[in-house]
Parts: sequence; C-alpha cells; structure tokens
Amino acid sequence: MAAVIIPNTKIPIKTRISYAWAEVKRNKVSYMFLAPYALIFTVFTVIPVLVSMGLSFTYFSILEPPKWIGFQNYINLLLDDEVFLIALKNTFLFAAITGPIGYFAALFFAWMINELPPKIRAIMVVIFYAPTISGQAYIIWNTLFSGDAYGYIHSMLIRFGIIYEPIQWLTDPSYMRTAAIIVVLWMSLGTGFLSFIAGLQSIDNTLYESGYVDGIQNRWQELWYITLPSMKPQLLFGAVMSITSSFAIHEILVPLVGFPSTDYAAHTVVSHLVDYGNIRFEMGTASAIATLLFIAMVGTNWIVQRLLRKVGN
Amino acid sequence: MVKVRIRLKQRKPNRSLSGDITNIVILIFFGLFFALPLIYAISNAFKPLDEIFLFPPRFFVRNPSLENFQDLFILMQQSWVPFSRYILNTVFITVVGTVGHVVVASMAAYVLAKHKFPSRTLFFSIVVASLMFSYHVTAIPSYLIMSFLKWIDTYYAIIIPQLAYSLGLFLMKQFMEQIPDSLLEAARIDGASEFRVFWQIAMPTVKPAWLTLVIFVFQNLWNTTGGTYIYSEELKTLPFALQQILAGGIARAGVAAAVALLMMTVPITLFIITQSNIIQTMTTSGIKE
Repeated sequence: MAAVIIPNTKIPIKTRISYAWAEVKRNKVSYMFLAPYALIFTVFTVIPVLVSMGLSFTYFSILEPPKWIGFQNYINLLLDDEVFLIALKNTFLFAAITGPIGYFAALFFAWMINELPPKIRAIMVVIFYAPTISGQAYIIWNTLFSGDAYGYIHSMLIRFGIIYEPIQWLTDPSYMRTAAIIVVLWMSLGTGFLSFIAGLQSIDNTLYESGYVDGIQNRWQELWYITLPSMKPQLLFGAVMSITSSFAIHEILVPLVGFPSTDYAAHTVVSHLVDYGNIRFEMGTASAIATLLFIAMVGTNWIVQRLLRKVGN
Repeated sequence: MVKVRIRLKQRKPNRSLSGDITNIVILIFFGLFFALPLIYAISNAFKPLDEIFLFPPRFFVRNPSLENFQDLFILMQQSWVPFSRYILNTVFITVVGTVGHVVVASMAAYVLAKHKFPSRTLFFSIVVASLMFSYHVTAIPSYLIMSFLKWIDTYYAIIIPQLAYSLGLFLMKQFMEQIPDSLLEAARIDGASEFRVFWQIAMPTVKPAWLTLVIFVFQNLWNTTGGTYIYSEELKTLPFALQQILAGGIARAGVAAAVALLMMTVPITLFIITQSNIIQTMTTSGIKE
C-alpha cells in the first residue's frame, strides 16, 4: 500500500522489486494461506476468463484458429442485431423484477423462519429450499402451465368461469414472460436464502436483549436497528448472488418456453450467448456477449453495494 | 402452542401474539407452495407406468407401487461396468471435492478477512467479479488448459477446479469478517500458531457458514456428469450412468421418476443434518465480542 504514496518515476526498478519482495516476506504466512486457492483460481478461472475476453475481439469458429477483427463483434451486436436488443430488453426486465423481489423474499422468509422454534425451523428451511435442491423439479410448472388438455391452471380458470378458452401460457408472447417470472421467483430461495439463514443464526443474542433495554418496541424496529446491521456481510453476499442469477436466466426457460421462444419474447442475453456459442459455434460473438453481460453485472453490483452500505443508518 | 410462545418470549422480548400467528399462517401458506416439487417427486416415483400417462392427469398417486424402483434395479444390473462403480465414483468425487473446497476456500477467506497485506482487496474483488462471467464461454479455454496439463479423463479435471469455486471464498470471507479480532488476538498471545488460530478458533466460530457451504458444493459435485472431461466408462459418474438409463425415452418415464427421487434423497438428507447442526450452534453461541 505504501508504494502508492511514493512517486513511481524516481525509484529504480531494483529498489522497487526488493521493496515488494520484503513486503511479501513480511506477510509470508498470509500468502501461504492464500496460495493454494490463488493458484487454482488463477489457472482455472482467471486465465479462461481473460482468454474469452480476448476471443471477443476475434472471429473464432472453433474449427479454424481465431482471426483478429477488433471491435466488429461488439459493433454487430449493438448496431446490427435486432434479436440481441430484444434479449437485452428482456434480460433487464427479468433482472429488474426477479432480482429485487427474489432478494427481499429470501430475506423475508429467512427472517420469518428464524422466529420459529429450532426443530420446526430446520424442517421449514428444507421445505423452502426444496425447489432449488430437487434438481429439475421446476418441470412440473410445464404441466401446470401447459396449453393443452393437461394444463391445470387454465382448466381451473375455465371451471371458475374466469376465461372461456384455453390460453397458451408458454407459447403466447404476451403471457410467456409472466409465466417465466413466476417460475424464476419460485426458485429464488437459493444461495442467498441459506446464507441469510446462517447469518441470522450467527447474531449474538445479547444484542437483542440490550436493544430491548434501549427501548426497541417491535419486531420491525428490531429488524432495522439490530438484525440487518448485524448481517451486512450476508446482505452483500445475497445481493451479488441475486445479481448473478437474475441477469443469467436461461436454463429454466428452455424446458418452459422453448429455445428459441416464440418471437424471441423471452429470449435473454444468455440465451443469445448459448445460441451463438453452442449452436452456431461463433465463439467470438458469444465471448463478446459474455463480456457485455459481465460489464452490466459489475456495474449493477457497484450500485447495489453502495445502496446496501446505508442499511440501518 | 403456549409452551412455544414462552420459549420465544424468553429469547426475544419484542413479540406480539398476533404477529406470531400471522407469521405462522404466512409460512404455512407459502410452505405448501414451495413444497410442491418434493410432494410431486415423491408421488410420481410411486406411480405405476399407466398412471404416469393417465388422462386427465393426477397430482397424487392412486395405487402406489414399487414397480419403478424394481425396473431401475433390473436396468442397473445390465450396465457395462458394475453399477456400484458409478456410485463409488460419485461418492469419491463428492467427498474429496467438498472437504477440499471447504478447507482451501476457508484458509484463503481467513487471511483475506483478518490479515492486512498488499493486494488483498484487489484479489477479493477479482474473485467476486469472476462470479459474473458466463461459464458457457470459458468451457473451451478450460478444456485447453486441462489437456495441456494432461488431466483429461482424470478426476483432477473435476475436483481441482472445484477447490477454488469463487462462491465458497466469498461466503466464508463474509462470515470471517464478523469474528471479533480480540478473540483471535487472545489465542495468538497464548502462543497458538496461525494455522491453529484458524482451525481451532476461526472455523468453529463460523460453523453455520461452512455447514451452508458444504450444501452448495455437495449439490454441485453430486450432480456432476463429468461432462466433457471423463471418457473412460469405469470413471463415469452416477448422474451420467442414470442419464444413459433414461435415454430409453418415454418407456423409461417411470424409472426416471424413481431416479429423480433417489438422486434427491442424498443431498436432502445431508441438508437436514447440516441445518439441524446450524441450529444447535445457534443455541449455544453466536458470535460474541
């Protein structure tokens, strides 16, 4: 850190290297703890990501070696590709709805479950986490939303006289996104939810007692002044998880609305990426899409982290 | 009910009876909604084949039978290598990978949260940012790295990258941050080595965190098919072998339901065990200054 203060130009490289080396030696233990993770992480995550970012400036069909084409992939995507713009719009729509709602639902349910007596609490956590842990169970939504005679939802609506003919929930562009959002929200109690549960368990109980003495009157005040500030690290973690999942919705959509969906009505950026990467084998374009999505997520994360710092103030 | 309320009242004073009741009603209502897949999976696995394709469809099983499970065991006996081999492979990958990841990621998280050294914030930001890059496009570079290391068709290709799963470090670091420095300092003054401070003070304090992490990693590895990296039949995993059985199509729909239920059972059992342990630590401790 001190190196930043000293102007770089005046110090010979040798001194700087020996300074850095002395710093490494002083923190030997820290680096040894970090080394196994750092090594594996660099080789299997950082390098592949950097290579992909590099590939986004090339034409790469997997069969021939990549050809450098500069910003052409980005230009094509943003100016020439109507489907990409639809995908972008859908992704922001999905992220803006499922991200915040999913996040607050996870927090809310975790908090409510935490009020229960221990044994019931463990059972409730399992039930609420069920959609995530039971693999491809979301396929049952296909049956519920099905547009043919098997569909539960429209058969019920017809029986109650709300609608008079079957609705193609999953193929009609005007209903498709809503159906998809419902299923995504239903599955949103995942990683963030469990980290909230664990975070709530780690809060020191004496804080609540002293809060009571200090005049906190109900569970809402307690939530805002004690619980949330005590679990800020988990709130940040949950926010990042919400961003990464809500911007990258794709796998759920494939069995539900098909791939590609009618009129691309539920086509997302990741759908577009998979289309280019795994179907057309244009890895250059796919990498450019991944890089754009990455920038969007990092930007959103930056804003959200700033908002979360204000919790409990 | 009265007993429950007294206990709640002892633990947390700011509670009204009406609030508690509303809470329970809401949880039961949404609980039913979220429990849907579990109920459906269990009910489906016991449906005989004719009932799976019944019209109009039924949510619950009418004549439960073990037919699907029997069919599955017959199919298992016909596999190329003994079926127990697939089970053993998956158990091996899952156990080694989960334990390895929790140790490697927690060690890194510990120093990132509790030591001050140059470039630690930068490193942590890179780890968090890496969660936001689509894994779809890194598949090819990853494959090239594996083949350069000559790790194709070995378990290294599956287990080693999992050890540095970004999510684990992020989660552990967030919890480690909350450990009071005074607690660690006290142990250091008593002459404990840094590794002992980490292993005997830090790790027990953040037990809820790594019990949660175990679930995430276990789920990942338990469902891994080996994908593009494993080619030898005797190294293939359980999910892969089961996929092969299900490739029989519509005639195997009953078996598929049995498979889905069996594959779910192990992570759910582990989940229940870890969750009840998290709750035990809660009643005894909590992070105290």
